[in-house]
Amino acid sequence: MIEWANTIINGVLTGGLYAMFAAGLAIIFGVMRLVNIAHGDLIVLSAFVAMVVIETLGMNPFFSLLFVLPIMFVIGYALQRGILNYTLSDDLLPPLLVTFGISIILQNLLLEIFSADAQRLKAGEVETMSIELAKGLEIGVFPLIVFIVAVAMIWLVQMLFTGTKIGRAFRATSDDANTAQLMGINHKQIFALSMALSLVLVGIAGVFLGVRSNFDPSLGPSRLLFAFEAVIIGGLGSIWGTLAGGVILAVAQNIGAKIDPGWQILAGHVAFLVVLVFRPNGLFPRTRDD
Amino acid sequence: MSLLDVKNLDAFYGDFQALFGIDFNLNDGETVAIIGANGAGKSTFLRALTGLVSSTSENLAYQSNSIAGKAAADIVGLGLAMVPEGRRLFPSLSVEENLQMGAYLGRPGSWTLERIYELFPALKQRKDVPGTALSGGEQQMTAIGRALMSNPNVLLFDELSLGLAPMIIKGIYASLPAIKQDGVSLIVVEQDINQALQVADRVYCFQEGRVSLTGAPGELTREQIAGAYFGH
Repeated sequence: MIEWANTIINGVLTGGLYAMFAAGLAIIFGVMRLVNIAHGDLIVLSAFVAMVVIETLGMNPFFSLLFVLPIMFVIGYALQRGILNYTLSDDLLPPLLVTFGISIILQNLLLEIFSADAQRLKAGEVETMSIELAKGLEIGVFPLIVFIVAVAMIWLVQMLFTGTKIGRAFRATSDDANTAQLMGINHKQIFALSMALSLVLVGIAGVFLGVRSNFDPSLGPSRLLFAFEAVIIGGLGSIWGTLAGGVILAVAQNIGAKIDPGWQILAGHVAFLVVLVFRPNGLFPRTRDD
Repeated sequence: MSLLDVKNLDAFYGDFQALFGIDFNLNDGETVAIIGANGAGKSTFLRALTGLVSSTSENLAYQSNSIAGKAAADIVGLGLAMVPEGRRLFPSLSVEENLQMGAYLGRPGSWTLERIYELFPALKQRKDVPGTALSGGEQQMTAIGRALMSNPNVLLFDELSLGLAPMIIKGIYASLPAIKQDGVSLIVVEQDINQALQVADRVYCFQEGRVSLTGAPGELTREQIAGAYFGH
């Protein structure tokens, strides 16, 4: 019994990491209907950026966020302004193909620069510390931190979207970019800012990923898949949905792994399919009129 | 004083030419109605003025400054605001948030949320519901309020009464004098000819992308208007 409780609680905490992967993807899909195939590779890129910052400045991974996040913000803004804005139209295919290309370029660049060796960001004692909730029921301090940061991150994004002027502009542009222009909104600028925001979240995800597990240049596509599944389970356009989606996916994976270690990834995909069968629009779809 | 001067304007959707050599002007404080059948190019003309449709012209000047080729987002900052056809409220924003979007650029002027709610009291009670949960008339009020929040000098109405009940149309038209009192000049695109003739100082009739008739409502006969409208 305790073992199952352990499995589920750890799954919930891991769901926080998946929600981090997913939130950035959900934002750019929500604002500009762009499916970013390079999302996973950008997560890995940010882990490598963190690694370079940590090695250069000799600092703790958590403090490296002070550098990683602004760097990712700039990369996101430049990527959107310089490349992706030119791919956006009523046709969903061009951005899909271009981000697929970016994904391959990123993987090969990282491979060229950092080799295929697995890397890890070392955060020290916090990685192995745990709290005993009951006899035999322990949760790791680091996974707990990840979960709390994920919740805080999603809450802040939600506040930004609902409570600020720029958030209203994001939502208005998402609803109707043409009419948003009539309000004086430069939609291309809004798209670039949303990608920049997405990559800030990617930066957070990358650093926590790097501390939690090994990473190498080929890891991106599988992170993209988890992010994607979390977004779809949660419901397109819903930020809180990504947390629910991440948690469901990770709990399913943990339960699968508990039954048979080989079933971990498969169980996640099965959960994803089951949700799709019963709720094709995800658990918390945002109602839209278009 | 002339506020808007348009000379020989052509507009295109891709390769398709929608407007041919339009000459148009709007004087300060004036209300101009544009009438014409479906597909005559009335909406395209407004979209060309606001930069949403690409156009070429010998002269496209607002307050004597050229606005040819300017982006839509920049034109609204100069004081040209549009109430688009079909209202086009932002569905994921509440009524009040929709109104606030109008003030996005923070153009100085006298229009505030309070004044919009004074003009359209029905909106105040419904300020927290999504724009799309409103009745058609309330949606149109929100769209007008949203445009006013940008403190425009010129307000363009695209199909002001389309799809609204006669009572509602009457109420909406009754709000125009208060808007005009504020020094806002109006361009009203309207299929309801009688309604247009009542409020307009001058009328332009569009037919197949060209201006087929122009003049003050009192100077135009029914036959002239019918001929210019239907093309016979």
